[in-house]
Amino acid sequence: MTKKSIKPDELNPSVRTNDFSEVLLGYNEAQAREEAMRCLQCKNPACVAGCPVGIDIKKFIFQIVEKDYRAAYLTIKKKNNFPSICGRVCPAEYQCRKACVLTGKGSSFASERAINIHLLERFVGDWGMRNLKDGNTVGPETESVSGKHRDAAAVVGSGPAGLCCAGELARSGIKVVMFESLHKTGGVLRYGIPPFRLPQEVLDFEINYLKKLGVEIRTNVVMGKAMTLDELFKDGFSCVFLGLGAGTPSFLGVSGENLCNVYSANEFLTRVNLMSAFKFPEYHTPINTGKRIAVIGGGNTAMDSARVALRLQKINNITPDVNIFYRRTEKEMPGRRPEIQHAAEEGIKFEFLVQPVGFEGDKEGRLEKIKFLRCRLGEPDSSGRRRPVPIEGSVFEKKCDIAIIAVGLGANRVLTKVTPGINVDKWGDVLVDPETMQTSLSRVYAGGDIVGGEGTVIEAMGMAKKASAAMIKCLRP
Amino acid sequence: MGLKKTRSFFSGDKQRAEMRIIKKAVLVETPDTRIVKVDVYAPLIAGKARPGQFVVLMVKEEGERIPLTVVGTDERAGNITLIFQELGLTTKLLGKLNEGDSLYALTGPLGRETDIKKYGKTILIGGGVGIAEIYPVAKAMKEAGNRVDVIIGARTRAFLILEDELKAFSDELYTATDDGSYGEKGFTTDILRTLLAGNSGSAAKDVMVYAVGPIPMMRLVSSITGKLKIKTLVSLNALMVDGTGMCGSCRVSVNNEVKFSCVDGPEFDGHQVDWEELDKRNRIYRDKEKHVCRLNRL
Repeated sequence: MTKKSIKPDELNPSVRTNDFSEVLLGYNEAQAREEAMRCLQCKNPACVAGCPVGIDIKKFIFQIVEKDYRAAYLTIKKKNNFPSICGRVCPAEYQCRKACVLTGKGSSFASERAINIHLLERFVGDWGMRNLKDGNTVGPETESVSGKHRDAAAVVGSGPAGLCCAGELARSGIKVVMFESLHKTGGVLRYGIPPFRLPQEVLDFEINYLKKLGVEIRTNVVMGKAMTLDELFKDGFSCVFLGLGAGTPSFLGVSGENLCNVYSANEFLTRVNLMSAFKFPEYHTPINTGKRIAVIGGGNTAMDSARVALRLQKINNITPDVNIFYRRTEKEMPGRRPEIQHAAEEGIKFEFLVQPVGFEGDKEGRLEKIKFLRCRLGEPDSSGRRRPVPIEGSVFEKKCDIAIIAVGLGANRVLTKVTPGINVDKWGDVLVDPETMQTSLSRVYAGGDIVGGEGTVIEAMGMAKKASAAMIKCLRP
Repeated sequence: MGLKKTRSFFSGDKQRAEMRIIKKAVLVETPDTRIVKVDVYAPLIAGKARPGQFVVLMVKEEGERIPLTVVGTDERAGNITLIFQELGLTTKLLGKLNEGDSLYALTGPLGRETDIKKYGKTILIGGGVGIAEIYPVAKAMKEAGNRVDVIIGARTRAFLILEDELKAFSDELYTATDDGSYGEKGFTTDILRTLLAGNSGSAAKDVMVYAVGPIPMMRLVSSITGKLKIKTLVSLNALMVDGTGMCGSCRVSVNNEVKFSCVDGPEFDGHQVDWEELDKRNRIYRDKEKHVCRLNRL
């Protein structure tokens, strides 16, 4: 029987909700080694196959046991340029940890006993961040990079897919210019994921690594508006990668949704994370808070929004009162279990089997209450989850000052609309050859949420890796 | 290899240079506010911006992202012209920048361009700083072979900007001031009513009205032209964050559908806009704006 898994230290819920400090403190060296020693070092490690980018997990865990953290860092870096990001945001319980032999066959997510691979990855990444100050460019491939570039590639979007693709191309000696529409890089890692899950310094460090590899970053450029893809090619780029993300928030389509203080999760999180509205008035972007806050949705974005909203209440000396309303039950919630658990620990309340049918406001147009219908679970739908069926006559009201709608995101069509010949599906997602990630246009590749809809950071990176391999082949036949 | 052709996207210095204020002129100065015109070096935007489009800018890292209409472009010099009234914190801070200073962020051109074509007769109405925003449209409408009548209005004479510049592209130019200090005493809408008298039915078919200004003005223009079934475009000033369709802060109801001003607009059919809702949404942060201005002694 293996030992019990090592729990990482966490900030106490009552302390951590006073500001935006990172909640999960991660392993110290002793904890990391103890956890690493639990690894059975399987002959045929299933975990590696469970990783979308194929990190040699068995090897880097062994290197932790050996205390050779530098080697462990290089092992991860071979496949993943961003260990400190992925160690924090990967839903490991559905990926490597689910594949871990300690989970047992047939489980839909990782067991408690599965090795905490993500925490070990984070430990190694953070070790590198502290100890390889200039050295985060070390790595077998990178040493061979010289100043000479034969070809240039443009990467559009600096979110997970773009970052990964840029890194892979740059490590092969290809000149990369990465374009970002916002004033800061990172895409959803910057505007979407709150600093208490992914501190900005970690993101900056990992992106800085790309600059050291010679990647040029050009912020404030909206591709499709400031430039077209044709113009990129005319300007000398031989290949283009589109990591455009899923940037358009969905709304519910019910009455009163445009009342003041009804936010999309994207707006709410962008104001706080990207624009630092939680530091208003030192930072100038405002955000409203209130006594009662409702978050609609059951995914990670809903959890992030709720936890941000709760912190804003505390910062403004308001007694926290944040409720998540979800139309199915806890079991069907798409959010990660640790995130749901963290939200609950912080005092966020959940109401299940409820569906908003309308928002009502005062005469100033500010939200006052939400009308809901109760639901029951019907037959499974196309997602395999049981469909919520509204119960007639079950309408009820909740008083509420702020509502945050976190019910999904769709493709942003700003670029695809003005790009002749690029094939998209009915949702606006870009169609690609699944082997090469090439779009219907020659020398144009795509990956991440603009291809797969809302996925995970590491899935986006997996697609970007595939694309970069094909792009390297195209540039270096 | 083509890299030598690649525009110098590259060094950080160049990027800073790309947001530099080349020229600054104070168009209006009164004890309580100013209207300022700046030319900003932004070659990518200058090469692309069309009438009706806007940019989003930040004055400093702690600042807000705000949208401003591109009033003019000089493609050869790589400059864009912006005209703004110092009203909120960001425009006040922007007004403090001088020639040689750089913005913190500048992106564009954003939004859809105005549908410039031959309508026949166009009537362009600008209220307050909205006068600046009708300027590029007036020019393009004239070039497209339209009759261009321009109505500009402001609370007092000092705020009537660009009169001479607009005259160059208008067949007739009418002015109104609230206090009667210049032109007609009254509102732009009063002049519009007079101009449109007798323009109902088939005569209204070839008329297009374009209005930019305070919400009450655009609303009243739309109400007047709605009764006469005259095509009317308005450029909305909804609150934005990213300006690229990512957040939905600028959503407006148009013909009972939710539209994002930044990507679906900023121009919409004035007869279909839910003005009440827009007006309320634009007041969401009014208290916070006042507070932050006071704190910054602005």
